[in-house]
Amino acid sequence: MSTDSAPAAQEPGIPATPAAPPGLPALFLAFARMSLAGFGGVLVFARHAIVDQHRWMTADEFNETFALCHFLPGPNIVNLSMVFGSRLRGIAGGGAAFTGLLLPPTLIMIVFAIVYARFGEVEVLRRILAGISCAAVGLLIAVVFRMMTPLFKRMDVVALILMLGVFAAIGVLRLPLQAVLLVAIPISIGVTFLMRRKVAA
Amino acid sequence: MNNQNPIWALITTFGLMSLFAVGGAAAAVPEMHRIAVDVHHWMTDKQFADAYAIAQLSPGPNVLIVTLIGYAVAGIPGALAATLAMCLPTALLAYYVSRLLNRPSRSRWPGLIQAALVPLSIGLMAASALILAQSTDRTIAALLLTATVAVIASVSRINPLWLLLAGGLLGFAGIV
Repeated sequence: MSTDSAPAAQEPGIPATPAAPPGLPALFLAFARMSLAGFGGVLVFARHAIVDQHRWMTADEFNETFALCHFLPGPNIVNLSMVFGSRLRGIAGGGAAFTGLLLPPTLIMIVFAIVYARFGEVEVLRRILAGISCAAVGLLIAVVFRMMTPLFKRMDVVALILMLGVFAAIGVLRLPLQAVLLVAIPISIGVTFLMRRKVAA
Repeated sequence: MNNQNPIWALITTFGLMSLFAVGGAAAAVPEMHRIAVDVHHWMTDKQFADAYAIAQLSPGPNVLIVTLIGYAVAGIPGALAATLAMCLPTALLAYYVSRLLNRPSRSRWPGLIQAALVPLSIGLMAASALILAQSTDRTIAALLLTATVAVIASVSRINPLWLLLAGGLLGFAGIV
C-alpha cells in the first residue's frame, strides 16, 4: 500500500532522499502550502510534505530535527521551518520557509480578526470546529505512529521504553513537564551514550 | 514613554514569552491568557476564548492566536508585531543551535543528543494527543471519528486535508 515502507529505503548509509535541494521559491511555496493546509496544527502536514511527498528528509532525519525543535522554546513548527529551510538552503532558505509558513496564515488571521470584530461568532462554525478537532486528533495519533516506525524497525527497545515513560508521566499521570524532562533528558542521553559505546566496542 | 506604546508592549511581552514557551505554543496559552486578560486587560475572557477557537479553526500554526491578540490591541500593525515577536526570536535561536549541533566535528555528542531527544519528543506528542482526545472526544461518534482518521492516516498516504474536511462536514451535519 504505502510505498515508503520498502525495506531498502531504510538501509543505513543509503540516503532515501534522492531529491535535490529545492530553490527558495519552492521552499516558500512548500511551507505556505503545508501551513494553509494545516487546520488544527501544521506538524501533520509538514511531515507529510517533507518526508512522504518531497522526500527532502528520511523519517529518521525528520524525527531528529523535529525533536530538537520540540525541545527548544517557542512554537515547534516555526522553529522547524527555520531549521529545515536553513539545512536545505542556508539562512536564506530558513527565511523563505519561515516566511512561507507564517505570512499567508497571518494575513488570513487578520481578515478573521476584522470579520470577528464586525460580526462576532457564528454558531455553525462551532459545530464544524468540533468535527475538525476530532479529525485533527486522529491525524496527530497517526503522526505519532509514523514517527515510531523507525524505532520499531530498529527494534530500539530502550527508546520505546523511554517514549512510553514520557507518555505515561505526562499524558496519564499529568506530572509537570519540567520535572519530567529534568529526569528524562539525562536518562535518555546517558542510555543512548552507553548503547552506542556498546555497539562501537 | 515606550511603556505607553501598545506595539512596544506587544513586542516585549510576546518576545519574552516565546523564549520561555518550552513545550510549544499550546503550553504558552495559559500564560497568554493571564497576560492578555488579567494583566493588561487587552481582551475580555470571552474574547480570548473566541480568539482561541478561531486560531484552532484557521489554517496555519496555532500560535497565531497572538495575531488576534495583537489585532485587538493595536489593529493590523499590532497583529504583525505580535506575530513576529512570538515567532522570530525562537526561530533564530533554533537556527543557531541547529547550526552549532551540525558543525562538522569529531565529537559524537551533537548526534547523540539529537538521537536521545527523539523518543522523548514522540512520547510528549503521544501525551498531548491523549490530552486533546480527552477534551474533544466526548461522544462515541466523536471517538469513532478520531479512531477512524487515525487508522486511515496511518495506513494510507491520503492528503490529511481530506480527512479534516470530512470531519468538518460531519460536524456541520451535527453527527459528531
